[in-house]
Amino acid sequence: MPSRIESLLSCPVPLDDEQIVQMAHGGGGRKMANLIERLFLPAFDSPALSALGDGAVVEVGGQRLAFSTDTFVVSPPFFPGGDIGSLAIHGTANDLAVCGAEPVGFSVGLVLEEGFAVESLRRVVASLADASVKVGAPILTGDTKVVERGKGDGIYINTSGIGRVRAGVNVAPDRAAPGDVVLVSGPVGDHGIAVMAARSGIEFETTLLSDSAPVLPLVRALLDAVPDTKVMRDPTRGGLATALCEIAAASQAGVRVDETAVPVRPEVRAACEVLGFDPLYVACEGRFLAIVPPARADAALAALQNAAGGTEARRIGAVTAEDPGRVVLRTRLGSHRRLERLSGEQLPRIC
Amino acid sequence: MRHLDEYRDPAAVRVVLRQIEATAQHPWTIMEVCGGQTHSILKFGLDELLPANIRLIHGPGCPVCVTPLEQIDRALAIASRPGVILCSFGDMLRVPGSSGDLLTAKARGADVRIVYSPLDALKIASREPDRQVVFFAVGFETTAPANAMAVQCAARQGVGNFSLLMAHVLVPPALEALLSDPECVIQGLLAPGHVCVVTGYRAYEPLAAHYHVPIVVTGFEPLDLLRGVLAAVRQLERGEARVENQYERVARADGNPAARAVLAEVFAVSDRKWRGIGEIPASGYALAPAYAAFDAERIFGLEELAVEEPRECLSGLVLQGRIRPTECPQFGTRCTPEHPLGATMVSSEGACAAYFHYGRTAQAAGGR
Amino acid sequence: MCLAIPGKVVAIEGSDELRMARVDFGGVTREACLAYVPEAKIGDYVLVHVGFAIATVDEQAAQEALSLLAEVGEIEDLGKEGVDLRKEDADLRKEET
Repeated sequence: MPSRIESLLSCPVPLDDEQIVQMAHGGGGRKMANLIERLFLPAFDSPALSALGDGAVVEVGGQRLAFSTDTFVVSPPFFPGGDIGSLAIHGTANDLAVCGAEPVGFSVGLVLEEGFAVESLRRVVASLADASVKVGAPILTGDTKVVERGKGDGIYINTSGIGRVRAGVNVAPDRAAPGDVVLVSGPVGDHGIAVMAARSGIEFETTLLSDSAPVLPLVRALLDAVPDTKVMRDPTRGGLATALCEIAAASQAGVRVDETAVPVRPEVRAACEVLGFDPLYVACEGRFLAIVPPARADAALAALQNAAGGTEARRIGAVTAEDPGRVVLRTRLGSHRRLERLSGEQLPRIC
Repeated sequence: MRHLDEYRDPAAVRVVLRQIEATAQHPWTIMEVCGGQTHSILKFGLDELLPANIRLIHGPGCPVCVTPLEQIDRALAIASRPGVILCSFGDMLRVPGSSGDLLTAKARGADVRIVYSPLDALKIASREPDRQVVFFAVGFETTAPANAMAVQCAARQGVGNFSLLMAHVLVPPALEALLSDPECVIQGLLAPGHVCVVTGYRAYEPLAAHYHVPIVVTGFEPLDLLRGVLAAVRQLERGEARVENQYERVARADGNPAARAVLAEVFAVSDRKWRGIGEIPASGYALAPAYAAFDAERIFGLEELAVEEPRECLSGLVLQGRIRPTECPQFGTRCTPEHPLGATMVSSEGACAAYFHYGRTAQAAGGR
Repeated sequence: MCLAIPGKVVAIEGSDELRMARVDFGGVTREACLAYVPEAKIGDYVLVHVGFAIATVDEQAAQEALSLLAEVGEIEDLGKEGVDLRKEDADLRKEET
């Protein structure tokens, strides 16, 4: 019997009519989704993987564990508000947090380019260490590889993390149901714009920092008040809109968002105007969205707003029975439009 | 943001909508020319808010969309030459040529770089004197002054490794081509505001008079677009056909004299082929003879190219406002932003891309 | 591609043909060339496209148009600097629900 890979390669329906990997395949948009759905999922044939959550939840000896991995290729490696080290730990820690898990520990894999400054490496290592302390879970294991000059753009980092899922908490992208309320933990778009600014010669009057930070304290506050939270997601590549599209698709429910309710910092909005981006699609790193039953919405919002760093949490919309699988935005003018996934990447190498 | 947010104010928008409702006693078909205006209309859902008797159709004002296939193929040919750095605005990178797009060329190893301004391309040329830097000069009259200035600077600074691959197009001849078509259904026009900032709007007066079509110079924000529609509707209801300026805060009758002077010196009007429409005489810019040394087509000696568009692509009809994107059988099926058949599905100002991104389907568009 | 946005000139450098300025767009600043707006001075608003200012904004014309509209619609504070437009949205949404 031919192996799974062989049968894929001989499959009469081609993956795409492209023969080479393109930047868009890493962009968090439709091209990447196609790659995942048509190449990875059938090949790996794993129910936990196919759920496509931010992390996978598996049960081991009666304890549910969340397991997540992420690779960081952000360019430049140092940006206002963080660096690739802090991003690498917080990114994975946040993926665990939005699975409802308390982190147990991390692995760190480094790919260094010959010629990368040791001083820069020291800074990154210090950031990794700092972040792991902040998150309260150690780096348990790691690996380092070096590639020749010209083959690695400085530094790439992979982190994986395991966490214990809280008892009584059951969050998954397919659990949104009509009537549920959608919340966001703070203003969106900070990270993407902070990184983009570092690249494109725009400056901010008041320095805009990436929002890269642990979401765990806020998630804890939310789950303490509303353990029956149904969905949580951290909107990284593709931003808030993409995360909502994924949830709408997984839950086969409609999502309605009120444009005026989505918090966006004025300088992020201004930067988006200058660069031609839509803040709803710009990456965040220290935010999450949560979907809760309608009766728990007030309690959920109060819990977030009363927690440190959560004062800007907002209720931004609701899950509906209409337009299942789709996200609809009510604009500030009262008209409506669908939010679709982007096809490729708006901002390359943002995470 | 000042001079921006005010034009998105919901209360003000409601006032103008009420005025349009009160004024429009008959059905009218109005074309907004510029792709940026199309996107704004769809992003803010203005077509949903307008009364049912006002029909907006989308014009050819997307310079990326109308760049001929041959020019894209030339860009691809140039980009794959050794030692070349091809610089372009981001939009052009995913427009399909005969065999792939610039992004694919980049993935295959061509040095293709996105720049924000032509001056960035010039900087690259200064910094890398042993490379040939070619800037893909796409755009309407709005962008031409920037490109012209880059060439002038290159000449003054003696930068010998910088050139433009010219694909500039001019709006008034395109409008003439549309209006002179016997099947033209356009009753009023919203002229492209930023083009008029540069050129002024006197060139539109003969068009308005000859074709008896009100032409309103219009901006890009919701309030601008609605005020433009209101002005057009008022004229139409009264049987008038003049050029009117809604975009008074930045557009003036004679445009920007400094910009026009530099354009006159660096560029010469030439015939141009428009993708999806065909050749329109005197509808583009070439480099003036004095600046021929900066012409990439000359430098790279590219022969005449024979190209064939995918037959199923109807972007020409979309650009002329004959059909809506959703009326194309390929829309959303064989033609998506991942697999575009034509430029209108790729460009940030393309009507097909706007419909796709803002979630318009045949049902959602409501047949309007 | 016809993306042009208004910003305030906050600093000017150079005096040759490539007169450059630092332009503030609602709290973010970027460089722009003032070659095509020789009359622009610090404090003026300009319209910027692909790194070039192509026009100065006529404050008076803008104000007149907005005031006229405000009168017709009896809207207060339209176009006045510093008004929190989001507050208006919130008020309006309350009206509608």
